[in-house]
Amino acid sequence: MATTTVSGGQVGRSLPRLEAREKVTGRAEYTHLMQVPGMLHGKIFRSTVAHGRIKSIDTSEARKVSGVFGVYTSDDVRKVIPQPYYGPAFHDQPILAIDKVHFVGEPVAVVLAADPHIAEQAMQLITAEYEELPAVFDEVEAAENKVLVHAELKPAGTFADLKHLKGRKGTNIALDFRLRRGDVDKGFAAAAHVFEHTFRTQKVLHLALEPYASIADYRDDGVTITSSAQGPSFVRTEIARLLDWPENRVRIKVPYLGGGYGGKLYIKMEALALAMSMLARRPVKIALTMEEQFYTITKHPSTFRIKSGLDSGGRIIARKCEIWWNGGAFADVGPRVTQKSGFTASGPYDIDNVSIDSYALYTNLTPAGALRGFGIPQLVWAYESHTDMIARALKRDPLEFRKQNLLRDGRPQATGTVLKDAAIEKVLDRIAERLNWKAPFDRGKGVLRRGRGLAVALKAVISPTTSVAIVNIAGDGSTTLFCGTVDMGQGSDTAMAQMVGEVLNMPAESIRIVPRDTDVTPYDMGTLGSRSLFHMGHAVRLAAEEARAKIAALRREVGEPEGSNAPLGDLFRKKYGMQAGNIVGTGTYKPDYIPPDADGMTTNATPFWMVAGSGVAIEVDTETGHVRITRLINVADVGKPINPKIVETQLSGASLMQLGFSMFEKMHLDGGQVTNASLADYKIPGIHDVPTVMENEAVDTYQSNGPFGAKGVGELATFGVSPAIANAIDDAIGVRLTALPLTAEAVLRALRVKDSRPLGDE
Amino acid sequence: MPATRTINFTLNGRPVSAEVKPHHNVVEMLQTQFALFGARESCGQGLCGCCTVLMDGRPVSGCLTLAVFLDGADLVTVEHLAAPGNLDPVQQAFIECGAFQCGYCTPGFVLMAKALLGQNPDPDDEQIRDYLSGNLCRCAAYPEIANAVKMAARKSKAGSTG
Repeated sequence: MATTTVSGGQVGRSLPRLEAREKVTGRAEYTHLMQVPGMLHGKIFRSTVAHGRIKSIDTSEARKVSGVFGVYTSDDVRKVIPQPYYGPAFHDQPILAIDKVHFVGEPVAVVLAADPHIAEQAMQLITAEYEELPAVFDEVEAAENKVLVHAELKPAGTFADLKHLKGRKGTNIALDFRLRRGDVDKGFAAAAHVFEHTFRTQKVLHLALEPYASIADYRDDGVTITSSAQGPSFVRTEIARLLDWPENRVRIKVPYLGGGYGGKLYIKMEALALAMSMLARRPVKIALTMEEQFYTITKHPSTFRIKSGLDSGGRIIARKCEIWWNGGAFADVGPRVTQKSGFTASGPYDIDNVSIDSYALYTNLTPAGALRGFGIPQLVWAYESHTDMIARALKRDPLEFRKQNLLRDGRPQATGTVLKDAAIEKVLDRIAERLNWKAPFDRGKGVLRRGRGLAVALKAVISPTTSVAIVNIAGDGSTTLFCGTVDMGQGSDTAMAQMVGEVLNMPAESIRIVPRDTDVTPYDMGTLGSRSLFHMGHAVRLAAEEARAKIAALRREVGEPEGSNAPLGDLFRKKYGMQAGNIVGTGTYKPDYIPPDADGMTTNATPFWMVAGSGVAIEVDTETGHVRITRLINVADVGKPINPKIVETQLSGASLMQLGFSMFEKMHLDGGQVTNASLADYKIPGIHDVPTVMENEAVDTYQSNGPFGAKGVGELATFGVSPAIANAIDDAIGVRLTALPLTAEAVLRALRVKDSRPLGDE
Repeated sequence: MPATRTINFTLNGRPVSAEVKPHHNVVEMLQTQFALFGARESCGQGLCGCCTVLMDGRPVSGCLTLAVFLDGADLVTVEHLAAPGNLDPVQQAFIECGAFQCGYCTPGFVLMAKALLGQNPDPDDEQIRDYLSGNLCRCAAYPEIANAVKMAARKSKAGSTG
């Protein structure tokens, strides 16, 4: 594929974010802070049981509170939206609970009032009675289908490969992805060594500091929704479907996001805000509290059983992967996580015989969706821990064992797609070099012990997805970009402006990015999965190139000589006799893709491979189990960085977020009830949790089909952190943890078991 | 609903008055009555620092401080730091160091850094970490934030001696 090589001097610049001044002065706009004249606030009454039939909802006391505008349940919602079910993969989520509740925290009723405190106070007066039903919380138990979360599966039809699930009954399995390469049973039969381990991950939260918020203003001829959404185009399509309207009557506006991390993908509060505005005939704002985020969307807990067979020379010849994804009560995008992460569940290794089964399960918990990695961090946690355990069992150096088995460019990955532009070995080598892996390492004596660990990972970027962009040059030559990528902190506005500037030979700072508004911003699949820089980057590049061609034509038309550098404004003035007119360039990008067959095989699984890894050095206090990370190294293949400074911040931030998921973050659950739903009880990384030394590196690579040689970054540095730390703990104290998080308590308990003096309650 | 009360205080250098109810916190008052959105409520428990404001020169959590307590106080929000067209050295350093991603927590960090440098013009790494440990950044731009505070300290020193 052709990539632009003209140098406008913009690609590769570490310029500060375009919106930096707005952010440091507190003037950047976020939905949660917005006010609309005449607006009502909605407060949500939520289920207190994990699974139950709704016997009655009593809203009478709430209605009596002075200042309450109205109280609404699903009976009201169905008067304005007869089929009020939404979701990206399945239409399984009701705007408000209908007949049944499926998890603690499911929205059941809403109070509207002009004063949010009155709405809150009245909401507390609502009562509901439930006939409790047996509930299922564990993903492996859910696969037994003894307790059913939904009577029937309702795939959305958005994704062709989910259609076969329509109407399926008696199951909690929302999707089973299957991959068969070679003959795994023969591989195991021929193996000299076989290892099998099971790994688990816990339920954790995105916890954006800006909680979910949507403001809907419904009129008979159209609706405007301002929302903290990562995918305005999807929200528009889904709202139009719920209303049975054409898309052009639905306007979705998205300002900056105060964090997203995958949580604000697809549709969250928008449908509820819409329904309330339809009922109230007033603008309605639904802005959640921090606590309510725990009842909205989480990361998938997972169980991964992984088995490997090796020949006598240490080559992995067979690998069997079984993964159960705990999707919670509604599918959200879980089936996509299950399938797309399934492609690479066997890791960045060259294995002839692979079997993968990946199951999306419904359970009676808060729904799970994408969280910075689309399932990959859960998989890497398992396969890179497993790989290390094998190396140690065989008394092999973990680095050399990996290098012996590594997948290299030109070799088919598990799906059969040949690897290209995936610097796996380079990334691994750089981590090892930075750790000074080959040099003797002092593991310490006495109470404090030291260890090192590393991990490397591979992801297939999600495909196929489409992006469209428009570049508009005004009569004075100033340039505006319309693109639907949502800047939620990743710096996409800046990177896109740099790409436009590169093509049009303009400083990126001079380019205006229009805030996302589906009335003017063209289609984009969504800001997710590290796809935007590649997909939207190409669309932006194509739009700018089209504009550049039109500029050249205008130059000829007004009689400027070839190679003239007359300012753009002069060309417009010559043509129109005044400062007038526009040049509009458009670009659309959709990469080629071949869906996998029934055995998960395809020759084109992805337009680009994502590669990253981490290395850590740690200290373990053997008296307390406390682990201190003294050094965290993140190395990634990002192609050519468009903005090296922002790339580094992205790598650093992603790894620190994953450090929280690795070391302490966990939603505690009791009978389906989250018992630590606040920042007081759910700790996220603070400044004291930053490792003493942090190093981030983008290896020197070039993505041959990428825009200007670049590819996505956002998720990369989450991949290797958890297993690198667990591997380092093993290296330091000879203890292996197979469940996250790696708390001091978990370390100490394991250490005491190893020393044959388990803690009292074991 | 309880009765409103009139309070008088100094907001960003100007005398103002506001009608507040006993349960209104500082963040809500600033947003609804003064259209100032730099202080924002996130956790609602005084743990994240997104709502930080300076009350009589001291940083406080605007989500836990009731508006009625402002009567007679001097309140400074992030909006007051920049002179027209001219950012505060702390803000400038945050930009140059790339000390944020989504920006939601940034006003709180900027004000805390400002307060720290007011007390200690030349803080070391440990002092910076301790002072900022009550502010959370989910994008985890902590290394860049610490660098920004150090850069601001250098800029301020250069500014005051030059």
